Parts: sequence; structure tokens; C-alpha cells
Amino acid sequence: MSKRVLTSGNEALAEGAIRAGCDCYFGYPITPQNELITYMAVHMPRLKRVFVQAESEVAAINMVYGAAAAGKRAMTSSSSPGISLKQEGISYLAGAELPALIVNVQRAGPGLGSIEPSQSDYWQATRGGGHGGYRVIVLAPYNAQEMHDQPALAFDLADKYRIPVMILSDGQIGQMMEPVVLREESPCPPPKPWALTGAKDRPHNIVRSYLPRAGLLEVHNKRLHAKYAQIEKNEVRAEASDLDDAKIMVVAYGTSARLAGGAIVQARKQGIAAGMLRPITLWPFPTAPIQSCLDRVKAVLVVELSAGQMVEDVRLAVTGKVPVHFFGRVGGGVPSIADVHEKIREVATSL
Amino acid sequence: MTETALYTRPQSLLDMDMFYCPGCGHGIVHKLIAELIDEFDLRGRTIAVAPVGCSVTAYDYLDVDFSESAHGRAPAVATGIKRARPDCFVFAYQGDGDLASIGMAEIIHAANRGENYTTIFINNTVYGMTGGQMAPTTLPGQKASTCPEGRDPVTTGYPIRICEMLNTLQAPAMIARTMVDSPANVRKTKQLLKKAFQCQLQGKGFSLVEILSPCPVYMRMEPKAAMEHVRKNVSAYFPVKVFRELATE
Ligand SMILES: Cc1ncc(C[n+]2csc(CCOP(=O)(O)OP(=O)(O)O)c2C)c(N)n1
Ligand code: SF4
Repeated sequence: MSKRVLTSGNEALAEGAIRAGCDCYFGYPITPQNELITYMAVHMPRLKRVFVQAESEVAAINMVYGAAAAGKRAMTSSSSPGISLKQEGISYLAGAELPALIVNVQRAGPGLGSIEPSQSDYWQATRGGGHGGYRVIVLAPYNAQEMHDQPALAFDLADKYRIPVMILSDGQIGQMMEPVVLREESPCPPPKPWALTGAKDRPHNIVRSYLPRAGLLEVHNKRLHAKYAQIEKNEVRAEASDLDDAKIMVVAYGTSARLAGGAIVQARKQGIAAGMLRPITLWPFPTAPIQSCLDRVKAVLVVELSAGQMVEDVRLAVTGKVPVHFFGRVGGGVPSIADVHEKIREVATSL
Repeated sequence: MTETALYTRPQSLLDMDMFYCPGCGHGIVHKLIAELIDEFDLRGRTIAVAPVGCSVTAYDYLDVDFSESAHGRAPAVATGIKRARPDCFVFAYQGDGDLASIGMAEIIHAANRGENYTTIFINNTVYGMTGGQMAPTTLPGQKASTCPEGRDPVTTGYPIRICEMLNTLQAPAMIARTMVDSPANVRKTKQLLKKAFQCQLQGKGFSLVEILSPCPVYMRMEPKAAMEHVRKNVSAYFPVKVFRELATE
């Protein structure tokens, strides 16, 4: 029988990554993800796997790049300011088509900001925060169980598409304690004939993103974008709840989805037909699942811990067919369930 | 009459025209690396890291598994590779802009952790690839495109002596400086690279060989004069020396 434990989201994620076959972890301390690096420091060496506390996030992501180039399952974790430093490395991972897992336990910004939870890195995560016009798959867990489960999905997708995958969490989900059913699995990464292993009895392999000869880089980019189109087609994940009869569709992920879920229960008690579409992949964005509800719902409400970032993707999906409302707080502020409930009521009276 | 080849191209050196300028030091050092990979029979287990600089496409010439790295990050990339594959022979090839400027943090910490890989550090006192700008190693008074009147230490500081700096650390197994200004010193350089390879193969830890090297184009000299400049002026500031060396024969 699977074991059930009470644990923080960050530790649940770390254990999930270990069970998903993470061979190498490289990180640098930053709150609110410190439980994660600390867990790895204890458990990776015990399993004879690689743990390095890097000198910076810049170094950590480049260590991930090296280990991924060598064909191993490699990951790093950080929080917002550290993720900014990793952007150069993520662009190189994307360019060289290396699979890797990057975890962002978001805190509030801009700048040093504060260690309070936030969802203000949505743009950075989903737009390819570094240079060059690339994509990373972005997963959004909303409880400790999903923190635990998503590393396996992330590594599988990363290997399948040779792409960096980000888990975009936040300080609240990272630090709260919840029961988690531990995964029992035997990961089997696919063969990686492109990996650097020493060119024994084969031509040498080269991991590169530099393609200076005329035309080659354009061909490479077109191939990358064809791959991104495949991912958009195959890998959209979202959870619908109470949407069958809903007049108001709330769209929220992560911590916001928890708050929205509570608010929807309250609203339903008052006879307001609200439901939720919770994106699990932020890229690829669940455009089609949103669009499939537009014949029923009369209004959409987007809830985020930001001044409104994902709401842009929702508006692109809705294309003006129904009004799109927004509710959010910034700078580490977290609304209460009552606040979100109040907003749903306001939207309901506008119908 | 039978013919005996007295000298052939090392097997690990691909039969390609190098795009380096005439008189450039990169090609000389590539050949030494290829010879040593052959001599130690390492091709089947070598993973190399190329820098961002004129030698970014070193993989076009050296027939071993290769990874590019972002500018200056080669020590972190090499750390990731070596930790992931400790049985592989790993070397990083870096220029002085790459290693001593943008990548200073990475090289110091890789050295300080005693990472068991080998760094081949080409110090040509300029940024070659981007068109001859000032490097952290540019000599006082030396002209470069971003110090057109010559490097002024009052506003730009003095050239950084990497070996001396790293030699303050406890972990490194080998730190040495050499130059490729003459056939005799090319042979000496090969001996030092051999020791560095041995350090890693014997699991002794971090090894770095700094090689003073000509960049005739941006030293603004004929190839022969650039060699003499390396011998007379560059090595006067950067003394050629074995700072430490722990490999056993
Ligand atoms: C982040 C970043 N900054 C700047 C550059 C531009 N750049 C390319 S090579 C280089 C310097 C190379 O000089 P050096 O390391 O001395 O090598 P050399 O070309 O002389 O062999 C610079 C600044 C870059 N590619 N990436
Ligand atoms: S610019 Fe200098 S370092 Fe670059 S290839 Fe030419 S001579 Fe060599």
C-alpha cells in the first residue's frame, strides 16, 4: 500500500523528484524554497546521487546544463530573484534542446521584494524569460500532492520533447503542510543517443545552440517551433470543476485556485452558478478547454496573486465573446476566500 | 624503398581547415590536446566544454564529445558533466575574457571545490572574438578597441593574474602557467598539459594550465612579432611557472 505522510509542499516536491529518478540536483539557497534544497542535501548523497550547492543560481543552472548534456535527469530549484539569474541558462537549455527541471517557488517582487507568496512570475515563466524566443513547459501545482506528483510528469515531458520544464509554485504551496500519498514508481527515461558520454565507437556528439552558418539557425528555430506546436497540441492539462451548469467561469491556478475553490463553494450556497477551470499547464495554455465553455458561461473571472498576467492569455482565449473580469492582489498580499467570494458576487450581479 | 611517416595528424584532430587567423595560438594548443587524447587513449571517454570566444567551435576540430557553454560558465558546465559522469575525462577550454572576466565566480568556485576536471586557459590578453576589446588580462599601456589610448590602470585596474589568485586556494591539484611562443615551449606546454591530464586521471582534483598565447590580429602585430611579444612582455607580467602539481608519474 502506498505510504501517506504529512509534509511541506517543498519537501513533497523534493521527494517526488527523487522518486522520479532525478540523478543530479544543483541549487542555491533562497526563501521560500529552502526546504527543497535542504531535503536534497540530506537525501541525494544517501542515494549516491549528485548534490551540489552552487556558488550562485547562474552556476546552478549551468551545472544542470552540464548534467543534462551528459544524459542525466537534472534539476534546480529557486525562487523569483534566483529564477531571474537562471534565465540565461534556460535559454541555452532551450537552444541546445536539453531536458531539465527548474522549480520556481515564487515570492513577491520586483527586485528583492519579499518572501511572501506571489504569482508575479507568470509572464517570465510562460514567455520564455530569457532571450531568443523559446518555450518551456510550465506546470502549476496547487497542493502538496501535486508538488509531489509533478516532477515525474516534468521529467517525462522534458525527456520526451528535449525541453526544459518549469514547475511554477509559490511560497504558500511550498511551505504549507499537507498529507501526501508517496509515489511508488520505477522511472525509465528514454534512451538519449545525443547525450555526451564519450565518443566510444561512434561519431562525436555536440551539444550546441551556436549555429553561425547562414540559414542553419533559421532551420533550427523552425524545428523548435514545430516541436512547440506539437506540445501545444498534445500536452494541455487543466482541471474543470462545477463547470457543467456554470454561468461564471473562474480561471485560477496554484494558490489562487485554492482560494477560488473555497469562494465558489460559498457562491454556490447562495445560488450563484460559478465553476472553475484550473490550468495545470500554464504553457501550453488551456485555450481550448476555456473556449469549450464559452457557449454556456456569461462571464469569466480570473484570480491571480499579481496585477493580472495570466488574464492576458484568458482574454486571448475568450476573444471578447464574454466579459473577462480580474481580481488580484500584488506585492505578497493574499486575498481571503471571502474577498474572492465578494468578487464573484459582484460579477454575478453584473450579468 | 619504404616510406615511414615521421609525423601524422593526431587521430583526435579532425581533418579540417582551421578558421583561426594566421599565427593564432588556439590551433597550436588544439593540436597538443588532440595528441594527448590519443596518447592516453581517451577519445572514447572524453567530454569537452567549449567556451564563448574564438574557440567556440573547437568541436569542429577536436573529434571528442563536446558541449558549448554560455560565456564564462564553462566551469559550472564542466562541474555538471563531471559529477554526472565521473568516469569520463572532462576538460574545459576557456579564453581570458571568458574565464577571468565574466566567468570569474565560476572558475574560483570550481577550483575551490576541487572539481576533478582540467581547465585549459588561453590567455591572449584580448577579447578576440568580439574584435579586440580590453580583457582583464590586457597589459598596462596595451591598446585595444575599448582602451584606444592604451590600458590605464588608474581607471581600469591591472591585469589579473589568475594562477596566483587560484594558488591561494587549498583544493586545486595543479596550477601552472606556460606559453606557446616557440617550439621548445610548445613541447613544455604539452608536458604540463600531460601532468594536468594525469592529475584528473589519478583523481587528484582541479587542474588548470594557463597558456600565454598570441593573438596577432588584436595584439596588432605580425605573427612572429606577436610570438616575441608573448615571450618578452606578456610573460614578464605573467611569469611562466608551475605553482603546484600533485600528479604522480
Ligand atoms: C553574455 C555574453 N556577453 C558577451 C558576449 C560576447 N563575447 C563573445 S566572445 C567574448 C570575449 C572572448 O574573449 P576571450 O574569452 O578572451 O576569447 P578569445 O576570443 O580571445 O579567444 C565576448 C565578450 C557573449 N557571447 N555573451
Ligand atoms: S582574433 Fe586572435 S584569438 Fe581569435 S582567431 Fe584571430 S588570432 Fe586567434
